[in-house]
Parts: sequence; structure tokens; C-alpha cells
Amino acid sequence: MMDAAELAVRLPASPRLRWRRFVNRAFRVAVFGAVIVVLAPLVAILWTVVSRGAPALDWDFLTSLPKPVGETGGGVGHAILGTLILAFGGLLMAVPLGVPAGVFLASDRMPRLGGAVRMCADVLAGVPSIVVGMFAYTLLVLPFKHFSALAGAFALSVIMLPTIARTTEEVVRLVPSTLTEAALALGAPRWRVMLRVVLPSAGKGVAAGIIAAFSRGAGETAPLMFTAFGSQFLSLSPLQPIAALPLVLFNYAVSPYDDWHAQAWAAALVLAVLVLAGNVVARFAMARRSP
Amino acid sequence: MNARPSSSRIDTAFQASLVLAGLGVATVLAGVAWEVLSLSGEALSKGGIGFLTGTTWDPVAEEFGALPALYGTLVTSAVALLIAVPLGIGSAVFLSEMATSRVASVVGVLVDLLAAIPSVIYGLWGLFVLAPLLREHVQPAVQAAFGSLPIFAGPPLGVGYGTAGLLLAIMVIPVITSVSREVLRAVPDTQREAAHALGATPFEVIKGTVFPFARSGLVGAVVLGLGRALGETMAVTMVIGNRYDISASLFAPGYTLAAVIANEFAEAFSPRYLSALAGLAVVLLGTTLILNAGARLLVRRVKGAA
Repeated sequence: MMDAAELAVRLPASPRLRWRRFVNRAFRVAVFGAVIVVLAPLVAILWTVVSRGAPALDWDFLTSLPKPVGETGGGVGHAILGTLILAFGGLLMAVPLGVPAGVFLASDRMPRLGGAVRMCADVLAGVPSIVVGMFAYTLLVLPFKHFSALAGAFALSVIMLPTIARTTEEVVRLVPSTLTEAALALGAPRWRVMLRVVLPSAGKGVAAGIIAAFSRGAGETAPLMFTAFGSQFLSLSPLQPIAALPLVLFNYAVSPYDDWHAQAWAAALVLAVLVLAGNVVARFAMARRSP
Repeated sequence: MNARPSSSRIDTAFQASLVLAGLGVATVLAGVAWEVLSLSGEALSKGGIGFLTGTTWDPVAEEFGALPALYGTLVTSAVALLIAVPLGIGSAVFLSEMATSRVASVVGVLVDLLAAIPSVIYGLWGLFVLAPLLREHVQPAVQAAFGSLPIFAGPPLGVGYGTAGLLLAIMVIPVITSVSREVLRAVPDTQREAAHALGATPFEVIKGTVFPFARSGLVGAVVLGLGRALGETMAVTMVIGNRYDISASLFAPGYTLAAVIANEFAEAFSPRYLSALAGLAVVLLGTTLILNAGARLLVRRVKGAA
């Protein structure tokens, strides 16, 4: 393909044309520069997290409990486990609602209600996460007068819900209608077509959406501050406060101790690997689905 | 003959459960709004409009005014947009109009990665890398050149409105870029080809036909970015400086709605205090709900028209 600027090279260039070509080139440079400026922080952040986090990172850090200030060593094993528990707990609540809601959105059988629900899902995705934390607090902390893992997982599920619903909708829509129609023509009822034909063939994409929601939830801090609250101990009870990696990271970062700052960077490295790995896995699963 | 009615009954039940799940999503949203609103009832009804215009935040005396936090939220978001809009839309133009599809997909993945980094990691980086950088290099340089202007006055702290705004800019750029890119993609190629055929340079094609077609969608992208900036909590909490005050200077420490809630909610010791914090959440939620719904409509209009 040859664009107008290239074509113009062969014509005698008037000052006006030369000016237009100059503006065009300046615009190209500016836009290219914008991309570089946008990507620079990504490189800077990842580089800092790796270079400052790696020295403090060892097996002990990943598995042991925190030590009191002043003592060296100690780790975030409890928080890694806590984050996994909270995120899985969140999925446990968000998937049963989010996946069928996505299927509903994709079905287009009630377009007006579908549009309203889609709008709600999008708006819910834009609700500030700290407000979601407050919602979980009023529902599950205030009545029990107790911070709990349950409340934290619930808060994360609210964050995950729109992601799961919208990705499910997207991938279910990608299933070729010929497939659905063939199954219907064979006399299969709609619910069977959905469960045995559509969902299996969209399965990988749905899974990708769930993984993406998991990694999004695992990285959230604000909704956990007054729900899961954090803990210095290894806790497995759903009704007790529980530690989470982002909470530990935050508390260590704003603390006045150098030792804790070093541990915050190591925690950031672990969190970044957890979250970005989930993101990349989800992306590959999605990419395979759609040609 | 027996199978048919029962099968259609299952069908009805199945469809009903899907509808219920859809309604469930709507209920969660309504629940969030309802719970936060009712928790804030006391503060909003007692404080009235004074809650929004008051400048004192004194939990012990139970005097609550939201203005400094509201001001901080608006200023940091404005700084963020000022930086993020040209960079974000510029990158989207590169991705949709200039880059080869391979380059575009690689850069697109990197931009999405930027969006996936947890905000607490942004905060950590902001606190230990960006803030010292601004304190030691940027602020002295800016003050040497424009020191007499009140918006650049103040001692070098490293944390404050400017740092938070810059960090927010980095965080909202991926939102603006990816939505703008979708919107630009929705502009029909026939539009571009017609302009090319008239002899327009690529810049003139973008300025003259692509942007006008995509305008409302691009506005939507910016508003979505604004929504994210307003509600962003952790990163801002770590670099805003936590001072409940209104300052003209970008280098001064301040506070934002979300940061006040994050720092104080778990320690709120009286129902009145709790409800004042919920009042801040109502202001935040109301603003982001309206912005998000409006932005989605704008984006949908462009994508629907194509």
C-alpha cells in the first residue's frame, strides 16, 4: 500500500506540500514518542521491583512468618497463603453468578434487560475498590463485629464479578451460531445445547476470564483493608482476620523501618509474578480461542 | 411424548436461572450503592451541604467537612488527565493507524501489562523511586525556573498532589489507550480511504476524518480514565502526603477522598465518624457512577455507528 505522502515524493513539491509533509512527519515522531514515554514506566517499575526485590527473596521469605522489628529474617508465607485463600474464596462466590450472567448477556433473548445488566456490569467494574471494601464491611463485618477472611473474599468477589461476566459474554458470542443451530436442529433443548455444546467449546475462554479475574483479585489491596484486615499469623479460619500479600506490602512500605522496606520490595516481586503470570496465562488461553 | 413438556420446563427453568444471574449482577451494584448510602445517612443528613463545603476534619470533635479531600481528588485527577490524555490517545493512534499489526499486538500487550500491575506496587514505586526523583531533581529545577508561581511553591517533600497526579497518569494511560484504540478501530476504513484518495497526508486523514468520527468515543475513553483516577486508592494513599488541607501548590501534601477512607476507616471509633467516612464514599461513588455510565454510552455510540 502506498500512502499519499509517498506518492507525493514524485511530484514537484510546493512549499505548501513541503509544509504538510513536515507536519505529517512531526506528528509521526510525536506519536511514536508518546508510545515510548508510555512504556518507559513499565520498564522502570518492573526493573526496580526485580532489582530491589530479588536480593531479599529466598525460600525462607516465601515460607516463614514475620519476625518482630529488629530481628532479621522472617517472611510472608502467611500472606501468600492468605492471598491464595482470599482469591480462591472470591472466585468461589463470583463464578457461580458471573458465568451464567455472561451466558445471559450473550444470549440476546431479552435485549433490553440484557443491555441494562451489561451497563450494570460495566459500571460495577468502575466502582472504586475502596467503596467495594466498605460495602463488604457493612454486610459482613459490622453485623459480626469482626474482621474476617469471609468478608475479604466477598469483597474480592465483587471486584471479580464484572470481569467474569463480560469475558464469558465475549467468548460465548464467539461460538459459531452454526454449531448452536446444528445442535438445535437435532432436537436438543436449549439448556442442553448451552451446557453440552456452547460452554464446552467456549470453555477455554471462560477459564481465561476466570484466571484474569483471579489475578486481578489477588492484586487488590483497598477492598481488604477493613475486611480481611491482615494478620501476623497463619490463619485458616474463614471467620478470623487473614493476612494478604498486598496488605503486608502496604504496611511494610509505609513503615519507618529499612528492613521492612526491603521486604516490601520482595513482597512486590512475589505479587507481581503472581498477578502478571495469571494475566499472561489468561491472554494465551484467549489468543488460542479466537483466530 | 413425555420427554417434551418436561424438557421445555427445564428450558424455562434454565433460562430463568440465567436471567436471575443477570439480575444478580445488577443487584450487587444496587447493593453497593444502597449500603454505602445508608451507612452515610447520619453524616449527610446532619452535615447537609456543610459536609461538602466544610474544611475541618476533626473526629474527636465530630466535625467533618469533605472539601479538602474532594479538592485533592479533583486536583490529582486533573493533573493525571493533563498528562495522560495526549500520551494515551497518541499511543492509541500509533497502535491503530501506524504500527504494523505485529508491532501493535506487542505494544498492546505491554500496555495491558501496565494496567495489570497492582496499584500497591505503583504506590511502592511512587514512594521510593518517583518521590525522591521529584524531590531531588524535578522540584529544584522547576522552582529555579518558575519558583515565583504559587502552584510550584513550597518545601521539597517529594510527596503531594503533583506526585500523586503523575503516578495516576501512568496508571490511567492504559485505560485511555486501550479504549481509544477500540474506538479508532471502529472507524470504517472507507472513511480513511476516501481521505487518502483526496490526497490527504496520513496526519490529515487522522485529523480530518478519523478524529471527527471517533470524537465522542475518545471523550468516553478519557472519562473512563478519569473514573479510574478519581477512585484509585492505594497508590495515591502512599504518595499524597496525608495532610488534610487545601494548598495551591502542586508540591504540597494533601489528601484525597479514597485515601482518607483507606487510612481511617478501620480505626473509626464512633458511628458518627464511620458515617462521615461513608459520606466521602458516597461522593466518590456518585461521581464515578455518573462518569462511567456516561462514558460507556459515548463509547457505545461510536462502536454502534460503525
